[in-house]
Amino acid sequence: MFENLSDKLQRSFKNLRGQGTITEENISDALREIRIALLESDVNLAVVDQLIEHIRTRALGSQVATALSPTEQIVKIVNDELVNILGKDTARFQKSSQPPSVILMAGLQGSGKTTTSGKLAQWLKKAGHRPMLVSVDVYRPAAREQLAIVARSINANLYEGKLDSATPGTDDVLRLAKEAKREAANYGCDMLIVDTAGRNHIDSELMDEMSALKKLLNPSEILFVADAMTGQDAVNSAKAFNDRLTITGAVLTKMDGDARGGAALSIRHVTGAPIKFLGTGEKPDAFEPFHPDRIVSRIMGMGDIATLLERAEEKLDKGKAEAFAKKALSGDGFTLEDFRDQLRQIKKMGSMKSILKMLPSVGPFAGMSQAIDNVDEGQFTRVESIINSMTKRERLDHEIINGSRRKRIATGSGTSVQEVNNLLRQYAQMRKVFKTMGSGGGMKMQQRMMSQLQGRQRFGR
Amino acid sequence: MVFSSLFGKRPSEPEKPSESPAPEQPKLSLFDRMKQAVTRTRESLSDSISSVVALTREVDQASLDQLEPRLLAADIGSATTAIIMENLRQRALRTGIESGEQLKQILKAELKQILDGVAHPMQHPATPPEVILMVGVNGTGKTTTTGKLANLYRAQGRSVLLCAADTFRAAAIEQLEVWAQRSDVPVIKTKQGGDPSAALYDALSAAKARSTDVMIADTAGRLHTKTDLMKELDKMRRTCEKLVPGSPHQTFLVMDATTGQNGLQQARLFTEAAHVTGIVLTKLDGTAKGGIVLAIATELKLPVLYAGIGEKIDDLIPFDSAAFIDSLVG
Ligand SMILES: Nc1nc2c(ncn2[C@@H]2O[C@H](COP(=O)(O)OP(=O)(O)OP(=O)(O)O)[C@@H](O)[C@H]2O)c(=O)[nH]1
Ligand SMILES: Nc1nc2c(ncn2[C@@H]2O[C@H](COP(=O)(O)OP(=O)(O)O)[C@@H](O)[C@H]2O)c(=O)[nH]1
Ligand SMILES: [Mg+2]
Ligand SMILES: [Mg+2]
Repeated sequence: MFENLSDKLQRSFKNLRGQGTITEENISDALREIRIALLESDVNLAVVDQLIEHIRTRALGSQVATALSPTEQIVKIVNDELVNILGKDTARFQKSSQPPSVILMAGLQGSGKTTTSGKLAQWLKKAGHRPMLVSVDVYRPAAREQLAIVARSINANLYEGKLDSATPGTDDVLRLAKEAKREAANYGCDMLIVDTAGRNHIDSELMDEMSALKKLLNPSEILFVADAMTGQDAVNSAKAFNDRLTITGAVLTKMDGDARGGAALSIRHVTGAPIKFLGTGEKPDAFEPFHPDRIVSRIMGMGDIATLLERAEEKLDKGKAEAFAKKALSGDGFTLEDFRDQLRQIKKMGSMKSILKMLPSVGPFAGMSQAIDNVDEGQFTRVESIINSMTKRERLDHEIINGSRRKRIATGSGTSVQEVNNLLRQYAQMRKVFKTMGSGGGMKMQQRMMSQLQGRQRFGR
Repeated sequence: MVFSSLFGKRPSEPEKPSESPAPEQPKLSLFDRMKQAVTRTRESLSDSISSVVALTREVDQASLDQLEPRLLAADIGSATTAIIMENLRQRALRTGIESGEQLKQILKAELKQILDGVAHPMQHPATPPEVILMVGVNGTGKTTTTGKLANLYRAQGRSVLLCAADTFRAAAIEQLEVWAQRSDVPVIKTKQGGDPSAALYDALSAAKARSTDVMIADTAGRLHTKTDLMKELDKMRRTCEKLVPGSPHQTFLVMDATTGQNGLQQARLFTEAAHVTGIVLTKLDGTAKGGIVLAIATELKLPVLYAGIGEKIDDLIPFDSAAFIDSLVG
């Protein structure tokens, strides 16, 4: 469904290929695409409008002759702007001079406060703290039991407290909170995480309760917990909670889905508070400190492509790359010599891991980030040294590499015959694939592959 | 591994050239400038229509065009907005709309048509039990709606049995039990961590044995992207079909009104995996308008059946498209 933003930009600049400058006229289509893409990503309209104007100004200002095409220039600008809004603040916590430091959780119903409270406790424990949990959600059925079960599962301290009233209210909420703070101090807990009931920002009674909690607890952190699937309304709830409580940060939950998470930009814009954590699953350890690129790459649908582009621009020899592509697709196919050249080019851009990390987390590259753990950087070097141990003739004509030559190459490169065999086999396969792709029939296959990839993207991961 | 990584990209799209470095751009903090800017919160559609109309006495192409982002801002989505815009444009050309009020009425009629066009009376089975499956992503209000529905059907004089098929989330069973008590209906459960299909099996058997009119199963929230969890729903459907042929008769997708564009994908994938028959739109008591249901109606022809308007037991009402659109357009 979502065509990624860079594709759209590519399309809107279709007629401008080769033209290096951005003009008022040729940018308007692109800006329109960016605007729609941002709205589709759930960034709030007001934020989008300002962003678009800013991008326009910057794009028109970048008239310097550059190797980047207009599309690439715009992509880079958009990318930078999104990162700018989101900021680079880390997940560090304020602490109060007298323990326990209180972290107050706030947010709408079902946004993930209770789950996040547990995750936070686990995270703090790992960082060497002694957190205590308390739930002051006296309203939702079994809400306090839910936190109790979560606390037990991660082996965290919990202040249970007593709740006898048939119609519990703010008095009970404040009492429980007060008792918990005292209990935490007595227990030597340096952090108290207070899970609250979900509430609507227009529910003045419950918002008053939130203010009362703040006054009572003097929390060092007030975290606004929001669902990554939230749409345009994110600004309204975030603003109201911030106006009342002055939040110190936000947590964006359910990032394990395929929502683009544009709400992060809305929240950051309207409150000024940093997004501190992302929730990435239902289990207590599915929790990570926030990095702006994760959201930006979802919106762009293309990973940290700007950084990749930057590096590529610095390091790669475009002429060589083109020549390689031409040769690989032609009847002759590419040689091991060509292949080594490519390897060296890519190595210049950094480690394989760092390159993989910059690929998009959604779309055809989904899952690549998991591959990062399996990447063997040493493999790179081994492949290169195997090719280095070949004679030039062997590199130009792999067919002559017989058994005894293989043995010699293995010894020369400090690898095994099996590794040499593997390399030669994979090389032969790749060479064939590229040659077929180059010929007419191959194009159809390639198209089919592409549409399959896109189809998969459409249906989640 | 190395090969596939190296050639993950088509070689016909070579890497970028190195002739000149990227232009040095001033690093302005957009955020700081934005912060100073006046924060616009809710800008109701009617305001924007009026301001659009105020610009030109006659509603021309340009003023119609300016409506587009406003519709998008109501979470309606770009594809549906394009359709609505096109229809408005056609009408404006034909009739020559002259006032903001008139444009608003036409817009309302247009939106209402989208929702009413997919609405149809609910099909009930000839013999009990009627089986209802509650599905949706995490935290949308499935359990609460299950509790509210039990109350609603009881008030209609039908007997109800609940099934606690969320065996995953902490205290989900206890949560449903509280709701069951509130409307005095029985609930069938297993223990946390158990097989939801097993709970369902027991509940269906009980409903049959007791000839209960309606059996409502509350399921665990799941993201539509998680294939194994979606398969679990399929297994539950097969359990239903086996014990009560033709069931589940209803599968309600519970959706939060704050949901943005992702709601469409939720509806697609839940429909694919669990044959959703209608939507329950919850949390309409907040400021979110729930415009995504218009996109869902347009693409998937799924009707909205109920609206959740609060956390209390009677805060569930049959969905009323006219009221919904009034609140959306203003
Ligand atoms: N204001 C408001 N809150 C609602 C509505 N429906 C549900 N809620 C609240 O939303 C929160 C989540 O509701 P649940 O019923 O637990 O949602 P669920 O879909 O069962 O959640 P999981 O099972 O955890 O995925 C609770 O705090 C409910 O009280 C509604 O219509 N309006
Ligand atoms: N997939 C996923 N589910 C989450 C995440 N955070 C919370 N949830 C689920 O969302 C639902 C509501 O969470 P809960 O903590 O009860 O929300 P609360 O009402 O704000 O306290 C539960 O089903 C949680 O398991 C997350 O990061 N990813
Ligand atoms: Mg909770
Ligand atoms: Mg539930």
